[in-house]
Amino acid sequence: MFDYETLRIIWWALIGILLIGFAIMDGFDFGVAALLRVLGKDEHERVVLLETIEPTWEGNQVWFILGGGAVFAAWPLLYAASFSGLYVAMFVLLVAFIIRPVGFNFREKVHHATWKAVWDYCLVASGVIVMLVCGVAFGNLFLGLPFHFDGDLRMTWDGTFFQLFRPFALLSGLVSLSMLLAHGAAWAAMKADHTIAVRAVKVSRIASLVYVVLFVLAGIWLAYGIPGYAIAGPVVTDAASNPLGKDVAVGGTWFAGYLTHPMFWGAPVLAFVGALGLQLFIGRRGFLGFFCSSLAVAGTILSAGFALFPFLMPSASSPSSSLTVWDASSSQGTLLLMLGVTVVFLPIILLYTGWVFRVMRGRVTLDHVRKSHGMY
Amino acid sequence: MIVDPDVVGLSRLQFALTALYHFLFVPLTLGLAFMLAIMESVYVMTRREVWKRMTQFWGVLFGINFAMGVATGVTMEFQFGTNWAYYSHYVGDIFGAPLAIEGMMAFFLEGTLVGLFFFGWDRISPLKHMLVTWFLALATSLSALWILIANAWMQNPVGAAFNPQTMRMEVTSFKEVIFNPVAQSKFVHTVSAGYTMGAMFVLSISAWYLLRGRNIDFAKRSMTVAASFGLAAALSVVVLGDESGYAVSENQKMKMAAIEAMWETEPAPASFTLFGLPDVKAKETHAAVRIPWVMGLMGTRSIDEPILGIADLVDDAKVRIADGIKAYDAMLVLRENKNDAQAKAILAAHDKDMGYALLLKRFMDDPRKASPEDIQKAADSTIPNVPVLFWSFRIMVACGLWFIVLFGYAFWRASKRRLEGRRFLRVALWSLPLPWVAAELGWIVAEYGRQPWAIEGVLPTALGASSLTSGQVWISLGGFVLFYTALAVIDGYLMVKFARKGPDGLGMWPKKPDAIPTTAQTA
Repeated sequence: MFDYETLRIIWWALIGILLIGFAIMDGFDFGVAALLRVLGKDEHERVVLLETIEPTWEGNQVWFILGGGAVFAAWPLLYAASFSGLYVAMFVLLVAFIIRPVGFNFREKVHHATWKAVWDYCLVASGVIVMLVCGVAFGNLFLGLPFHFDGDLRMTWDGTFFQLFRPFALLSGLVSLSMLLAHGAAWAAMKADHTIAVRAVKVSRIASLVYVVLFVLAGIWLAYGIPGYAIAGPVVTDAASNPLGKDVAVGGTWFAGYLTHPMFWGAPVLAFVGALGLQLFIGRRGFLGFFCSSLAVAGTILSAGFALFPFLMPSASSPSSSLTVWDASSSQGTLLLMLGVTVVFLPIILLYTGWVFRVMRGRVTLDHVRKSHGMY
Repeated sequence: MIVDPDVVGLSRLQFALTALYHFLFVPLTLGLAFMLAIMESVYVMTRREVWKRMTQFWGVLFGINFAMGVATGVTMEFQFGTNWAYYSHYVGDIFGAPLAIEGMMAFFLEGTLVGLFFFGWDRISPLKHMLVTWFLALATSLSALWILIANAWMQNPVGAAFNPQTMRMEVTSFKEVIFNPVAQSKFVHTVSAGYTMGAMFVLSISAWYLLRGRNIDFAKRSMTVAASFGLAAALSVVVLGDESGYAVSENQKMKMAAIEAMWETEPAPASFTLFGLPDVKAKETHAAVRIPWVMGLMGTRSIDEPILGIADLVDDAKVRIADGIKAYDAMLVLRENKNDAQAKAILAAHDKDMGYALLLKRFMDDPRKASPEDIQKAADSTIPNVPVLFWSFRIMVACGLWFIVLFGYAFWRASKRRLEGRRFLRVALWSLPLPWVAAELGWIVAEYGRQPWAIEGVLPTALGASSLTSGQVWISLGGFVLFYTALAVIDGYLMVKFARKGPDGLGMWPKKPDAIPTTAQTA
């Protein structure tokens, strides 16, 4: 029932789900953190903003940790090649992820304006860095990365850190930044005291508009300015995972999949519908504004994933070293076992995560933080 | 291709530093989480306010430590990919799975519930909150279980075989990977060490309050919990530490011989060297004080089975390297023609030794061209650092025995309700750093003792590294050292500050003992 090809597609989809989970769930934490000093005008307001995310950011971050673990288990070549190749970028990302837990916790431990300001800016930086680096990394995938494998499947990186800052990759970083700023502000508009929520609505609307413009721009650029990759010759979908067994043609379009599978267009449509919904519903009662923002996030990631398929990590310096869904996975046994574990545990995770969000529901008001701040 | 030895050395240093650093916080999280759950359970059963305040106060210190554990844990999850890319490719099919399962089964639960522990006091019923704390504690230990399953596979790689088509190890039996005997003893040993650390943390800080005459009722109750929990944990860590030693001798004879500085095979049952000065050059141990029989009994659970010495193990390695070269040659043939029956048969016969041929890759590109001198050099490289292992092990064991004595005595005093003795309190206070000493040394024995292997007998550490430049690793290593040092200073400052403030300074407990609240109130 689960042949190797099917399992590989399922695991491609599961990594997509984890990535979307990370972007939606932790994305708003990063957005709120990045906007901490913009939306929060004084100490009480900033505490309100922090308390909207403090009880849940830790669980949300696990989407990222689990994403790393799942890529390791299901796509070990991708894990190895991307993390070591993007070495300095990964280090910067790690610093952002290290500074965050201590930032949230330590900030509240000393009552001194400078102390709090320093941690505030650490949190702001961690938010901006993660949003930008993830976006820039995604953009670089479309441009192809400089790496090749030798016969032992040892990867050599043929480029440098600064070569990653190519114009399209930077644009893609800005798409990610504006999208998640809008998303974070949408969260604040829903969860924070009304004084702050009013500001958050404005910020979210503007950021979301910027996002739509940049997203469209990136799409046009991708269609007309960037050559696509395609597997040349017969596509073997169930061979042993060894990227060196295929040829890759560069020069087509990244939209080839969209032309053969019209339903792929559902992804960008979802992104636009989400962005439109955000403009309409944000600032009203309920969670519809935030929900629409989440749709936009999901639609954006799906759009990129569909365009790349079946490529995971294209190589510019040695196209046939590119990693694809068909030649970079774990063995069939590992994929099957991990699928079993996921089928059992993902619903449980969603269940208790849902419960915790329900327990923590409602706005965090200024009155509340003036009286008591959680004993974090 | 030979990886730049500087990159390997720097990457090893970085991994060791970040892992040892991470391991300062993790065991305390393991232990404190259970102590919190126990204290809160007493609160829910008796509804006496003091137990709630205890949970909350120790919870504040738990929170500071937890943040550091999470922050430094992210590095660990990603460092395999950044610095050990070939390792990740070579064994990701097996090693990645327990890490991902850890995320799904344990860390997600832990991360989701910890927020509720801090922010849920007024939002859910006491019973539900207690369950949250219990699940938090269980999740931290479950997390350790999966990490140790992954680690145990590095020490004893069962249930996997090499696939020449994909140039990596692939799973043959997940059951063997999960029920690895090394994983079981390591798990119990490691979490018990964590529980001991948590107990010592509470015991020592409470002892300080008693010495200062502050928070007396609060501190006495905390000490009682710490003494009983700590005694059980300390007994478990030593008894099951012995189990862990037994597993070591079965699977990693060389590590055992190095821990004992046993240069030559002794007639069974071997003696245990209590003290000695291992001399690596002369291959002997000076001034040795030996206790007859003990080692043979501990290591083999028999009186007639010998424990192999280092010299014999090096000779074994030479044979395995020669066989490994045959497997390596067959692997290269199969890479060109996957149906070559003769090569298949050779690889099947010797694939357990192929890792030994890879030891030669540190010295040459093609192991098939190795001379007898090269093979000797590679075989010698299987000896880990004997003096470091010898002494790390002995200090760790001494700490472990001391914990049994201290917690046993504390337990006795607690049951007699005579916790006040100043000399006892001072000893309890000054024992505070010892669990950290023992835990870090335990890591060194287990992981430094595994060298030169990343995966015992399968993949030498030197091959596992990424193809980076040493400049890149210098940047990250320098960054980590600076950054982690700054965090350590801040963490230490906050821990001391809040421990000093104490429950009375934080407004959780009255400054005068006559005003103890006895009825339930909201915090």
